[in-house]
Amino acid sequence: MNASDEPIIEPKRRIQFAFTDEQEQFRSAIRRFLNDKSPTTEVRRLMATAEGYDPAVWRQLSEDLALPGIHIPEQYGGAGFGMVELCIVTEEFGRALLCAPYFSTAVLAANAILNSCTEAQKAALLPDIAMGTRRAALAITEPDGNWDPAGIEVVATRDADGYLLDGVKSYVVDGHTADLLIVAARTPETISLEGLALFTLDAHASGVERRLLEAMDPTRKIARIEFRRAHAKLLGNLDGGAKPIVRTLDQAAIALANEMVGGAQALFDAAVNYAQLRVQFGRTIGSFQAIKHRLADMLLDVELAKSAAYYAAQAAAADDPEWPALASLAKAAASETYLQTAIQCIQIHGGIGFTWDNDTHLWFKRAKSSEVFLGQPVYHRELLMQRWGV
Amino acid sequence: MSKVNEADIRAEVREWIAANWNPDMSLVEWRGKLADSGWGMPQWPQQWYGRGLPLALARAVEEELSNVGAVSVAKSGVRLLAAATLLEHGSDLQKKKFLRRILTGEDTWCQFFSEPGSGSDLAGATTRADLNGDYWIINGQKVWTTSAHHADHGLLLARTDWDAPKHEGMTFFVIDVKQPGVDVQPLKQMNGHASFNQVFFTDAKVPAENRVGDVGEGWKVAMTTLAHERRGADGLPPPSKRGTRVGRIHAEERAETEKANQPYKWYPQRAGRVDLVIDRAKETGANRDTNVRQEIARLMIMAKSAEWTARRARAAQQQGRPQGPEGSLGKLAASNVARAAARVHTLITGTEAMLTGGASPRDGIIAEILVSVPAVSIAGGTDEIQRNIIAERVLELPKEPRFDTGPFRNVRKN
Ligand SMILES: Cc1cc2nc3c(=O)[nH]c(=O)nc-3n(C[C@H](O)[C@H](O)[C@H](O)COP(=O)(O)OP(=O)(O)OC[C@H]3O[C@@H](n4cnc5c(N)ncnc54)[C@H](O)[C@@H]3O)c2cc1C
Repeated sequence: MNASDEPIIEPKRRIQFAFTDEQEQFRSAIRRFLNDKSPTTEVRRLMATAEGYDPAVWRQLSEDLALPGIHIPEQYGGAGFGMVELCIVTEEFGRALLCAPYFSTAVLAANAILNSCTEAQKAALLPDIAMGTRRAALAITEPDGNWDPAGIEVVATRDADGYLLDGVKSYVVDGHTADLLIVAARTPETISLEGLALFTLDAHASGVERRLLEAMDPTRKIARIEFRRAHAKLLGNLDGGAKPIVRTLDQAAIALANEMVGGAQALFDAAVNYAQLRVQFGRTIGSFQAIKHRLADMLLDVELAKSAAYYAAQAAAADDPEWPALASLAKAAASETYLQTAIQCIQIHGGIGFTWDNDTHLWFKRAKSSEVFLGQPVYHRELLMQRWGV
Repeated sequence: MSKVNEADIRAEVREWIAANWNPDMSLVEWRGKLADSGWGMPQWPQQWYGRGLPLALARAVEEELSNVGAVSVAKSGVRLLAAATLLEHGSDLQKKKFLRRILTGEDTWCQFFSEPGSGSDLAGATTRADLNGDYWIINGQKVWTTSAHHADHGLLLARTDWDAPKHEGMTFFVIDVKQPGVDVQPLKQMNGHASFNQVFFTDAKVPAENRVGDVGEGWKVAMTTLAHERRGADGLPPPSKRGTRVGRIHAEERAETEKANQPYKWYPQRAGRVDLVIDRAKETGANRDTNVRQEIARLMIMAKSAEWTARRARAAQQQGRPQGPEGSLGKLAASNVARAAARVHTLITGTEAMLTGGASPRDGIIAEILVSVPAVSIAGGTDEIQRNIIAERVLELPKEPRFDTGPFRNVRKN
């Protein structure tokens, strides 16, 4: 390598700046599926239900497209692809605003298992997840909404045949419908990043009380879960500490960034489309420079955020040592772009954009909620600085 | 009355109040007395429920009434815009028929101007009115109509000549809302409230005598309505300060205000609730975060400067001086403040911004701010239109070339 601005530490694999033909075909297949299964009429129907997803569609995306296990190695029943393919899925799901327990099961829970478990545990837990027959949720954040694992307070106390969990988790995506829960907790009398580990238990176990929360974004359900002497098993061992948790959150931040740029693209497309249709003062509003310039700026924002999200996914797939920093970079960039694009999309639609019947608000609410989910932009910008050693 | 003097007027109205005010009367009966005596709207002409007094003296009368806790004539909603429009352009018959019932509060009014196809471009209205014998037949659709669901009458702007240029082919009417040809449907907004309606007209009827102004003069008449609207902001009644007063009349008035305000509970939230920011920062502990402190300070600087700009504009107006550019900036400033406030509320609220309804902080107010703020830069003229006004009217920059001249029939529409 001769260019002086290339990273000093060579990643295992080179970063690809273009998707391969196979990846593009994969994307098209997902998009076709979503055009068919997740029109906004379906999004609206499902967001009004407590479960928040359609089991038939979940079965199809599991059986026909093998999506929940797309990134799970073949020996555990998955398709054996990686972070880039996982992010293609979340980008397309974000674009279509699919209501399904995918982020919870595939992105959060499956990665948590991959990052923490023993071989035997992976072999026991992952095949059902890959097949879509078991939906799982990951509980990390607590009612204070802190995304830094150092703040975790749920305690896991040693018991004859495992651990007992006590405490409260919140903002657990799909926590109210999951079959399996994975919980980040600490052993007694530990602080900060010491003594942290992941535990698992059946969502219907005794001592587990789950409550659906009223969510800003009704297309992504979140729950509060209270544990009272709930029996759980340790995933992996206690030496792992916070590492698997942090790694899982970083992977999730990248997947979310990709989901967000998918949503931003949908909003941008809707705005351009409307600007070409809507007539005021005898001309399309897209002929006004005020609107043209705004759309040009929106495109710039969306493409920049996409580049960051794609690069972060590639870096994680290549195991570039810088990837955790890039996870924060991509999350912060996508958060701001998604919300700005949503605000501008409403503005370009004028009054109609503020109505319930217009679809823009569905993405606006996803954008608002995703902005703070897994940590706000300020939090991730600070993490980026720390991880860059600034 | 050539020379009127404030002390005399105050004495006269006090005497009248002493003889007539009784909180156990019905609201309509009392307001009828106010209207007939001319004390309800002293600035109106003498022959139409007023006393022809200058505005300053009308304020003195208002003060005397409020000093004894007497209720005033009905002023909320579109009714005063209707009254002002009728006083300027209405026939005597129309004034006789409508003005008194406006003041007593017996009739509620709404305004049928905006259409799905014409928002920023209000003069592009395509709701049509066709004369058939003694009636105008109305067909078309209006939207964003506040209060249409309980209004008795509506101010209607409709097209009567499709061959005239767009501003010259419209006529202004008063339409009876409670008739079979008028279908009012609530319009749900992204924040879940339904403060407005969409209204469909299918062969609705307007008697010829309810035409306001000449045929083809509708735009001019509508400009009067809009000028009064701009002066009075949202036209919402102020929160009643008489919450503790007893008597039948006060109870009736409170019920009226409550009913009128119900769909607009979210209005304060759309402006961003800058007033809550510092308290929220303290109650969440976010005030210890230097990032948050900077953002709050930035917001407060913007909000305070915007407020003082509005004050400068008002002060100039009160002193009768021509307004400087500060008078045209308020709407745009309010949009910027509201958006910045939503940002800061999110920053302070953090992950809790994922919640809504009762789960959201301050009993849902915070979530409501986040989903209501986008209205500010659209309602009452979009930010883009405000910028055009500032650039073309204040700065006198060259106007955009027009694409909507000539017969309206040929102008491009949605
Ligand atoms: C909460 C709310 C309350 C409302 N209340 C009322 C009410 O009480 N009464 C009432 O009559 N109406 C009301 N409205 C309607 C409001 O006045 C219109 O929505 C607004 O004027 C914009 O019109 P439109 O929706 O047709 O958008 P359009 O005019 O179609 O605008 C679409 C986009 O094009 C832009 N655009 C249009 N023309 C130009 C131009 N010349 N140059 C550059 N950009 C341009 C706009 O800025 C906007 O971004 C309300 C709207 C909202 C959201």
